[in-house]
Amino acid sequence: MKGNEALAEGAIIAGCRGFFGYPITPSSEIAEYMARKLPGLGGVFFQAESELAAINMVYGGSSTGKRVMTASSGPGISLKQEGISFIAEAELPCLIVNVSRGGPGLGGIQPSQADYFQATRGGGHGDYRLIVLAPSGAQEMMDYTIEAFDLADRYRTPVMIMAEGTLGNIMEPIIVRKPEEKSYDKSWAITGCKGRKPNIINTLHLSSEVLEERNRHLAAKYKLIEQNEKRAETFLTEDADIIVVAFGLMARIVKKSVMEARKKGIKAGLIRPITLWPFPDEHFKKAAETVRLILSVEINMGQMIEDIRLSVNGKVPVEFYGRIGFTPNPEEITKQLLLLAEREGF
Amino acid sequence: MKTVFKKPESLTDAKFHYCPGCTHGIVHRLMAECMDELNIRESTIGICPVGCSVLAYDYFNCDMLEAAHGRAPAIAAAIKRLMPDRTLFTYQGDGDLASIGMGEIVHASVRGEKITVIFINNTVYGMTGGQMAPTTLLGQVTTTSPYGRSKDNEGYPAKMAELLAQNEGSAYICRTAVNNPSNVIKTKKAIKKALQTQIKGVGFSMVEVLSTCPTNWGLSPLDSMKWLEDNMIPYYPLGELKVKEDK
Amino acid sequence: MAKGRVSFFIDRCKACGLCIEFCPKDVLAFDTDTINILGYHPVALIKTDGCTGCGICALMCPDLVIEVERE
Repeated sequence: MKGNEALAEGAIIAGCRGFFGYPITPSSEIAEYMARKLPGLGGVFFQAESELAAINMVYGGSSTGKRVMTASSGPGISLKQEGISFIAEAELPCLIVNVSRGGPGLGGIQPSQADYFQATRGGGHGDYRLIVLAPSGAQEMMDYTIEAFDLADRYRTPVMIMAEGTLGNIMEPIIVRKPEEKSYDKSWAITGCKGRKPNIINTLHLSSEVLEERNRHLAAKYKLIEQNEKRAETFLTEDADIIVVAFGLMARIVKKSVMEARKKGIKAGLIRPITLWPFPDEHFKKAAETVRLILSVEINMGQMIEDIRLSVNGKVPVEFYGRIGFTPNPEEITKQLLLLAEREGF
Repeated sequence: MKTVFKKPESLTDAKFHYCPGCTHGIVHRLMAECMDELNIRESTIGICPVGCSVLAYDYFNCDMLEAAHGRAPAIAAAIKRLMPDRTLFTYQGDGDLASIGMGEIVHASVRGEKITVIFINNTVYGMTGGQMAPTTLLGQVTTTSPYGRSKDNEGYPAKMAELLAQNEGSAYICRTAVNNPSNVIKTKKAIKKALQTQIKGVGFSMVEVLSTCPTNWGLSPLDSMKWLEDNMIPYYPLGELKVKEDK
Repeated sequence: MAKGRVSFFIDRCKACGLCIEFCPKDVLAFDTDTINILGYHPVALIKTDGCTGCGICALMCPDLVIEVERE
């Protein structure tokens, strides 16, 4: 299955019955898949007139308590930021997918990780965060999507899947796992007030006290998410002198370089953040006790490196290797590792 | 003695925050009376805008959602698609609907979304303090058209009812005013017809209500009513612009 | 002629005067002896037997101040 299709099928398995989107390369196949499948399942596929309309349709759709999503790419995700901020404050669960391409501006349609800052810092106005999951293959495009809907419902928060464009197009075998059915309290949903008091979904708080209380409430929720949901994959880190950090498909490429470097006598390892927010800082704090150097490899000009540096808090030097327009290949990363090992003398 | 006039059940007990003489209160009440009379309060979901009526969620006694500026029609359309047996209305001002939300309203109408839009046109941004709106009349002075709106500089005022009436998806488009008792009664009839159009599933419906803004116009409530009649109605003629009976 | 009765939720009144202006029988006026919770002189009935219960005052009131009964 193609990555984009695996993601879309995962959403259907998770019970998503509303898709609201606007065509943009390289994410459009998700919309196309949903357009074919959702009507037969009693769901709603809705091609919006704009990215702004699409995210506001998600705002409306999620307010009914149904599982809904949108998918887009860089420029489209930028346009959606207003709506995402509203959804975060209204505490509505939904899935937002960014099949990323290169920016800034119109950029290009090459795979990219240049939206890391946008995804992990909230993206729009106000103090909020998104849970951001970064799959590394078609199987995870499906599995993380299913999980994303549960995270969204559990914390009543928008969840983002961030996948570089390659992941959308990658063709890999999939094992379909049916998730256990969970139920969530959705008494907050606006469905018509028959038999109860009217529900209101609102993000306006004119009183200073209420505004601060709302922000404290959200901050406490984000703290809880940080406590519970940080995730990373580690590979050969126990005895490593040098640790390479990469996420998404980039992490799979780096794995190969780590093995190559090991063959040449360099004790290399890999940490792959799976949740980009909350960032798995404990893995780095632990690594900082023993490793001599960390190398962040990203398909951008250096964004995740800031989170790594914050996590190790100066205990270990953190270097960067990144490209944009191209995805670094295993050979060039191995070469970087060899150069660094020679420079540092290990 | 029998009661001939009292607060409709579809309004809460909350006092309106609007300025003295502001006609938002009249239109809120008319909308609520129609909900009562059609017995749809418990199946209605209202979407309020950004602008003076941003707090409408405190006033309508039904499920309500407060939208981002201009986006109410997109939100309403999505909810309607997911729950087709509910009645959806948006309540929007001229800045919200005709300026920042021009895209959403036009596409909702073009597609024929089965929602009802109450559009309050008072030619000015009220909440932000009297700036020029897309519906500000030529020659009208506002804080951002201090020399009077001119066709060469600020351009022409938008006629939303006419614009939307030409779309195939529009089933009921009507322009009314609330400047005197007779027009208030006509406005209520139009709102009811718009809601019935939605309930019958015919298509998109909108009532543009010419309204006053005494505070930002710098006029008394009564003089505002006269100003509306003398200046707005000649440019924004009243009446039904589109009536589609069948699906 | 029908006889009517109007009652006022005076604390909702903002003294906009629309009810007074549109009343066809001129039976309403501001009560200048009273200041309501909003700081206004609210509307009051000045001619008790003139009201026909037509409801125009309530129709034009933006603030749901008036309830109308008719015989």
